[in-house]
Amino acid sequence: MATIDVPEQVSVLADAEALRKACKGWGTDEKAIISVLGHRNAVQRKQIRLAYEDLYQEDLIKRLESELSGDFEEAVYRWILDPADRDAVLANVAIKKLSPDHHVIVEISCTRSPEELLAVRRAYQARYKHSLEEDVAAHTKGDTRKLLVALVSAFRYDGEEINTRVANSEAKVLHEAVKDKEFNHEEIIRILSTRSKMQLMATFNRYRDDHGTTITKNLEGDSGDEFLKTLRPTIRCLNDPKKYFEKVLRNSIRRVGTDEDALTRVIVTRAEKDLKDVKELYYKRNSVPLDQAVAKDTSGDYKALLLTLLGKED
Amino acid sequence: MALPVHIEALDKAFSGIGVDEKSLISILTNSNEEHKRSLRKGSSKLFIEDENGFERWDQSSIKILKHQFNRFRDAVVLSLLHPWERDARLIEKAIRKGPKHYNVIVEVACTRSSDQLLGARKAYHSLFHHSIEEHLTHIKGRERKLLVALVSAYRYEGTGVNEDVAKSEAQILYEAINNGDKNKLLDHEDAIMILATRSKQHLQALYRHYSQSYGKTLAQDLEGEGILKDTVECLCTPQTYFTRVLEAAVKEDADEESKRALTRVIVTQKEQLVQEGFVPNKIQDILLGLYKDFLLASIASGDIK
Repeated sequence: MATIDVPEQVSVLADAEALRKACKGWGTDEKAIISVLGHRNAVQRKQIRLAYEDLYQEDLIKRLESELSGDFEEAVYRWILDPADRDAVLANVAIKKLSPDHHVIVEISCTRSPEELLAVRRAYQARYKHSLEEDVAAHTKGDTRKLLVALVSAFRYDGEEINTRVANSEAKVLHEAVKDKEFNHEEIIRILSTRSKMQLMATFNRYRDDHGTTITKNLEGDSGDEFLKTLRPTIRCLNDPKKYFEKVLRNSIRRVGTDEDALTRVIVTRAEKDLKDVKELYYKRNSVPLDQAVAKDTSGDYKALLLTLLGKED
Repeated sequence: MALPVHIEALDKAFSGIGVDEKSLISILTNSNEEHKRSLRKGSSKLFIEDENGFERWDQSSIKILKHQFNRFRDAVVLSLLHPWERDARLIEKAIRKGPKHYNVIVEVACTRSSDQLLGARKAYHSLFHHSIEEHLTHIKGRERKLLVALVSAYRYEGTGVNEDVAKSEAQILYEAINNGDKNKLLDHEDAIMILATRSKQHLQALYRHYSQSYGKTLAQDLEGEGILKDTVECLCTPQTYFTRVLEAAVKEDADEESKRALTRVIVTQKEQLVQEGFVPNKIQDILLGLYKDFLLASIASGDIK
């Protein structure tokens, strides 16, 4: 379930005016920006941008980019974009890093629906004049590259059907691969990048039933292996995305200093999806409400925006 | 008594691609039992003398006849299907029928636009309740990796090619073909990545650099390499590929699959063929009947508006 709190009646014209007012003159009224944008869904945000452009012949995003700064600016920028466009930006940022953030690419390709992933691929092309898969291919290598390209290129069947025979045999294949540490990467990549999500869940369940432990537990251990570092989040995202997001949030806050990139990314991308469920998981796991943990670890307008997206009442 | 000219006409009615329906009507509808018996006796291709004293229809020619009569039907169906369903069904059939048909998968994946290929993938979900990639799992051979990569592509279609990258990737391919183990080309990760992820414009630039740098075309260097050559041709020089397929269809010794390609290529490439001013000189003589009319009319210019 989503966490953002959207009022019943919304006037995008009034919103555009309010944002204009917040940006005009000396300084910026960040609170006003948060109170408008933080309570609008993707469709409304898009309409506000269009209204703003109409009224003031200016790109709202560019205006905000010039008025804001730091973590707050990054968060607002990511929040205001269309979900597909946002994912394209996140992917590109992840790819272009000196040491690419493979897990972000995994996250995007494995937790979005097949249609959503297609939309991301289109948005990526429109923005960057390359296909997502060619940029991933150009910036990664080896088996990690094979896995990542396969994951971003996948168009999984979206149906509920499960073939238990296949679940059985592929659970075996995965177990062999995991047990031996001599991973048969080809087979793992094939299974994880082509099967439908329902089919994969059946396979993972079968694995757990047959071996008394989840496949992710079996993959824990040495983090030296590049392929493993990408494989683990892949299986986690496919198996239980909410649990995966809880873990990312937990790690982003727990670390000395906060991983704002990860914190922003998860909150912004899940606020309209399943952040509520992730919050419940977080509380179960950590005995501390997520809002509280975020409030403790962040400050200023950045903190205010995150808390708004988390559904905290003003 | 059937005149030799009738027997000849009967044979001829079945001896091309398609069936000469008009000729058959004129020969058979006025034919009494006497006449037909001498037709059967005279036609060595279709009938054989049975030991029990009658002219029996030769088993293998019945099968061929079935194919011949179905050509018009297949052309009609293929022509009417939504392109997405059409392409999804072509791919599914090719996967089922085996290695000799994999070029059809390459053809669809590489000659359609990015959005058309996406559409085919969606249609495949609806029709077969699996993704194409999943069904390609059934392929045990080394072609699987390349095929999965090709059908999964959503290539950028804009202009703007980095010539330096195209040139260096031409070199990667050159070295893969000439210095490496040619048998292992299908396992060459970089080569597959280049062919499966780069835009067609980029690959066409790569193709040019290859010819300029090495004095032969990439396709020539892949002679004998089956679907790898098909891949390169479909992406870089589709006209060459389709011309080759059409000409193979009308050769003397063409097998049934090659002949079927005629329907597939003419129907699916109709717009392009018309645009290129394709003249069916080499193929029209062997076509017969309604099938011939259908194909030739398809590529005569002028759509119904």
